[in-house]
Amino acid sequence: MKIAVCIKQVPATTEVKINPATNTLIREGIPNEVNPFDLYAIEEALRIKERLGSGTVVALSMGPPQAADALREAIAMGVDEAVLLSDRAFAGADTLATAYTLAKAIEKIGEVSLVLCGKQAVDGDTAQVGPEIAENLGWPHVTYIRKINEIGPSEIVVERMTDDGYERLAVSLPALFTVVKEINVPRLPGIKGQLRAKKAEIPVWTAADLEVDPGRIGLTGSPTQVRKIFYPQHETTAEMIEGSPAEQAAALLEKLRGLGVA
Amino acid sequence: MSITVLTEKCVGCKLCVPACPFGAISVRDRKAVIGEACNLCGACVPVCKFGAIELVRETGPAMDKNAYRGVWVFAEQRRGTLAGVALELLGKGRELAEKLGQPLAAVLLGHEVESLAEELFAHGADLVYLAEAPFLREFLEGPYAAVLTEMIRAERPNIILLGATAIGRSLAPRVAARLGTGLTADCTGLEVDPATGDLHQTRPAFGGNVMATILCPNHRPQMATVRPRVFAVPPRDPGRRGELRRVEMAGQALDLRAKILEFLPAEGEKVNLTEANVIVAAGRGLGDPKNLRMVEELAELLGGAVGASRAVVDAGWISYPHQVGQTGKTVRPKLYIACGIHGAVQHLAGMQSSDIIVAINKNPEAPIFKVATYGLVGDVLEILPEMIRQLKVVRV
Ligand SMILES: Cc1cc2nc3c(=O)[nH]c(=O)nc-3n(C[C@H](O)[C@H](O)[C@H](O)COP(=O)(O)OP(=O)(O)OC[C@H]3O[C@@H](n4cnc5c(N)ncnc54)[C@H](O)[C@@H]3O)c2cc1C
Ligand SMILES: Nc1ncnc2c1ncn2[C@@H]1O[C@H](COP(=O)(O)O)[C@@H](O)[C@H]1O
Repeated sequence: MKIAVCIKQVPATTEVKINPATNTLIREGIPNEVNPFDLYAIEEALRIKERLGSGTVVALSMGPPQAADALREAIAMGVDEAVLLSDRAFAGADTLATAYTLAKAIEKIGEVSLVLCGKQAVDGDTAQVGPEIAENLGWPHVTYIRKINEIGPSEIVVERMTDDGYERLAVSLPALFTVVKEINVPRLPGIKGQLRAKKAEIPVWTAADLEVDPGRIGLTGSPTQVRKIFYPQHETTAEMIEGSPAEQAAALLEKLRGLGVA
Repeated sequence: MSITVLTEKCVGCKLCVPACPFGAISVRDRKAVIGEACNLCGACVPVCKFGAIELVRETGPAMDKNAYRGVWVFAEQRRGTLAGVALELLGKGRELAEKLGQPLAAVLLGHEVESLAEELFAHGADLVYLAEAPFLREFLEGPYAAVLTEMIRAERPNIILLGATAIGRSLAPRVAARLGTGLTADCTGLEVDPATGDLHQTRPAFGGNVMATILCPNHRPQMATVRPRVFAVPPRDPGRRGELRRVEMAGQALDLRAKILEFLPAEGEKVNLTEANVIVAAGRGLGDPKNLRMVEELAELLGGAVGASRAVVDAGWISYPHQVGQTGKTVRPKLYIACGIHGAVQHLAGMQSSDIIVAINKNPEAPIFKVATYGLVGDVLEILPEMIRQLKVVRV
């Protein structure tokens, strides 16, 4: 089975700063990492391959040239191949354009029967790219997978988290899943993997390689536009409640009752 | 949007026939023919080795924005109960619809759910589109996306709002991608500009450290998912009536590529954190898993749910659905009581927009106090039993 994992490189902290003059994020000096959720997707792909005793895992990322570092991390963990989609024409893509581009690359890789994505990326937090890739491929998708129960040649049984419990579903392949962290504990790369990652040649595909519709990639292909970016103001200074534990409890409960919440 | 078989390229190889999830393709006179059941999903396009199937999607600029009218709210229901966020969205939707001078509709999909329409009218819907069928009884991306997309194509609403729930966040991107339109996730603010009809959608990014306002100026419909508990449920007007429109689905083919085998309700009933009014959350400061009992008891007394920090979940004290924060759930209850939680940014990302935050921590420097409404410096193992005792005294 050929499995593709979509991984995104994100800033290693969510404590971002804004350049007030330009209203853009200051990215310099902030190290990048693999989107934490995508590590679970990589791990699960590797486990499926191990379970089946054969297969190929391909990691895929769209981003600037340095996103190759994220792919190297995936290689160090054990993925067989990695592909970077990088082209100035891809820049400024929203989820729709990103998903279209990634779907085109999955078609080009060929014979992929399963795509795994993280639940969401921690920079944008949209959780939209996975389902949108599936739609572009015309495949079924299921979000928030916490367990893969059975893998057959044409069907896979999974468990997904819902708002009030879990569901077990049978899904025909090819399919796309987004995974939550409950699914596994990602492995740490070993020395051998790290050496492999260092030496690996990562192919870079451009818009021309993918034969994409130029109207559907990058900024041009993005229906949504960011109009404004600002910092939320939360300058609430807490009202401190002092005294013995009994006094603190009493004073707090009185306030909460006053607000109608206790 | 249209799909065409380029007959000069088609060799009648039939590869596309099994690839169609809707069974819409047949081969006649050695040429593929796409039938009525086609859902324009595009699954056939890549399997054709001859490039003989062409799918043309609508693209932006040529779009006549004025042809799109009305505000739609997806009336999410689970097992016959409306999600709270559906009513909240009717309140906000009403406001947007009035500013635009356009009607507000609720879209209800399910099986034997007609009785819910009354609630939707009572909370402000002018119109309820009702799609009832056995295959819509439970939420599945395939059939729900197919039905909803068809309705949107037929009726052309201007704005579509869905709850940012597990269902909404899976369905909305599927539909948006099929329509080739924009979608803004997890909004916390919505305003409309009556002059342009553009929806100004505000949402947190980077774990809530940045807010962004997003527009979809050249495409319609404009789609957004909205966090539960951001907008208030509008007052219920039991006498309010509206128009019920049944949606015809006779010609629709079924996407049966995913099926539900079993539903497993969450163990420890109260885990629907996203809709809880009160959350009492456990942190590592509780010291020992047996002390979770206090948190559960307090939650019970306040009619709330139990949340947890990642440290507590990772230690195996409580299951993952309870986790609040960047890698867990984002919550916005009226009252959030953080018990022995330090307040790491990743935790704050999931709860800082709660209405009232109470922090109980023995370290006065803990960052949780920075977002708290009320701060109690002290031992959580002494304060919680006092709160429980006093609450019980009042009840007696
Ligand atoms: C990528 C990433 C994602 C993450 N996602 C999440 C997430 O979704 N949710 C999340 O919660 N965390 C998340 N974290 C982890 C987060 O950084 C913190 O490690 C975690 O929130 C700490 O949990 P805690 O506050 O319960 O524990 P601690 O940090 O151990 O804090 C315990 C607190 O309890 C106080 N305390 C101790 N004893 C007592 C007592 N007897 N009475 C009163 N107070 C006491 C201490 O002063 C301290 O402030 C994430 C981290 C990373 C790197
Ligand atoms: N630029 C990208 N390259 C590769 N995968 C991506 C990219 N953006 C998003 N993804 C995948 O889609 C998931 C959801 O991302 P998002 O919709 O941005 O929250 C991520 O966890 C990744 O698996």
